[in-house]
Amino acid sequence: MTTLDSRLPPPRRLRPWHGLERRLRDVGISGRTLVIAAPAIWLTIFFLVPLVVVFGISLATKQFGRPPYSPLLTTDEGKVQLTLHLSNYVRLFTDPLYVAAYLSSIRIALVATLITLVIGYPMAYAIARAPDKWRNILLMLVILPFWTSFLLRVYALSGFMRGNGVINQILGVFGIEPLVMMQTDFAVYVGIVYTYLPFMILPLYTNLVKLDTSLLEASADLGSRPWQTFLSVTLPLSLPGIVAGSMLVFIPAIGEFVIPSLLGGPETLMIGRVLWDEFFAATNWPRASAVAMAMLVVVVIPILLLQKAQDAVVERGK
Amino acid sequence: MRRGWFLPIAATLGFAFLYLPIMSLVVFSFNESKLVTVWSGFSTKWYGELFADPQMLGAAWLSLQIAFFSATIALVLGTLCAVALVRFKRFRGRTVLAGAVSAPLVMPDVITGLALLLLFVAMEGLVGWPSGRGVLTITIAHATFCTAYVTVVVQSRLSDLDLSLEEAAMDLGATPVRVFFDITLPIIAPALISGWLLAFTLSLDDLVIASFVSGPGSSTLPMVIFSKVRLGVSPDVNALATIIIGVVALGVIGATLFSMRSGRARRA
Repeated sequence: MTTLDSRLPPPRRLRPWHGLERRLRDVGISGRTLVIAAPAIWLTIFFLVPLVVVFGISLATKQFGRPPYSPLLTTDEGKVQLTLHLSNYVRLFTDPLYVAAYLSSIRIALVATLITLVIGYPMAYAIARAPDKWRNILLMLVILPFWTSFLLRVYALSGFMRGNGVINQILGVFGIEPLVMMQTDFAVYVGIVYTYLPFMILPLYTNLVKLDTSLLEASADLGSRPWQTFLSVTLPLSLPGIVAGSMLVFIPAIGEFVIPSLLGGPETLMIGRVLWDEFFAATNWPRASAVAMAMLVVVVIPILLLQKAQDAVVERGK
Repeated sequence: MRRGWFLPIAATLGFAFLYLPIMSLVVFSFNESKLVTVWSGFSTKWYGELFADPQMLGAAWLSLQIAFFSATIALVLGTLCAVALVRFKRFRGRTVLAGAVSAPLVMPDVITGLALLLLFVAMEGLVGWPSGRGVLTITIAHATFCTAYVTVVVQSRLSDLDLSLEEAAMDLGATPVRVFFDITLPIIAPALISGWLLAFTLSLDDLVIASFVSGPGSSTLPMVIFSKVRLGVSPDVNALATIIIGVVALGVIGATLFSMRSGRARRA
């Protein structure tokens, strides 16, 4: 160690990285490898391996003890035996509860995404077309809820829609009977739209703000009505933004737990909630793992679509 | 271009939808009555109650600590990851790394939480670490998904960066590490700050993942809030929400004004 240190020049100024590179090179590690390796190792251990573990445990069965699942590998007199149970997956396809939860999660996420798109698109377009001095303020108003607590926003919404909440009090002033909104699927739709709206607006805005307005003028000069211009020029050009925004809403909405459990009723079936109950209430870890794997299958295609859309946005930006 | 009436009206309604529930929550946090929706007079008693609640305060302190450490880990890992993805165009496993870092952005929380818990349990069985679950496991879990967000923020700043400054420094004989610390780091500093803040906020906000990987005695603030809110409205949660919204609003407004001013200065 002393020979290594004596070979290094004395540090002229206090720079922690001074000489660090040379030291690493002496050991045979380039800085480049290190930069890649640190996040790669972390993500492998804490993101990729866990998914493999979930798959493994989805093939076990519930058992009393710690951990509460049967071991996959057992050694018996020198023999190693691998036991895989498919019962959890069989159950997913045969138990009507799981099938219903899947279908209703997909339906709720899909409808909510469409509503978010319909509300978010005009907002994003308005911000993109707003005068410069307004644009930053409007963008800030979109980003602000994104930074405040998700849980507290869902809670705020529940106070708003409650039986004696603000909406019903306003309706009461006009002599309208109070509406039952809480603990219905309607409340879940509103909750998803409310909390995920910024995720829809931001990618749409990034896309629409780059839109070449001369194309719109050309279309108008050629005699198109505004809605024809919108359908034939604006909408097709903003498709990557639409896909990115929709996927950013759809994918997390599928597995949503907080919204259905705070706003939905007991009959609001969503797969995230089923997984939660399977794990926390029934402590059936293998069953919860199988539910997670099946949920993963549903979100993989949207995730790939999202990546493609993001690449397209990046390419266009260059 | 013709300015129609449709867009302004749609935008106004949209913003009203985003802000009315939050605003009513803020107003009712100053309500005297325990009935959160019936106004009976101005009062700050729920704030007093909030600051006298040891469970809330303890959970808040725990959450702040976890958020600080996980945001810091995520900042380091996310920055390295962004540098690797933007600067090193080709290396083995680049697609896997790009996928593994962007997937947590959209991965449903219940899957991430369950997967990490099962990993921690399996690891404890195999190598004896981490023993039990608590602050450490929550911090690791948060650092992992926050890394994804930091990477996105830093990546977009890095890819806009003018390479000529770095090339000039290299031509003058600076080593890559020195170029990074002397040139690149100061330029991307704003992105690092917003990445860290984003990670900090996300960690403070997480309920689902923390619920899976926490242990006895390590309830974070969202876990305490959730258990209170689940039983119905509670006015001290309104007070807490108002404080959080106030802090966030000041921060975001400040950051926007700062970036608007510096943007104007750059253009001038």
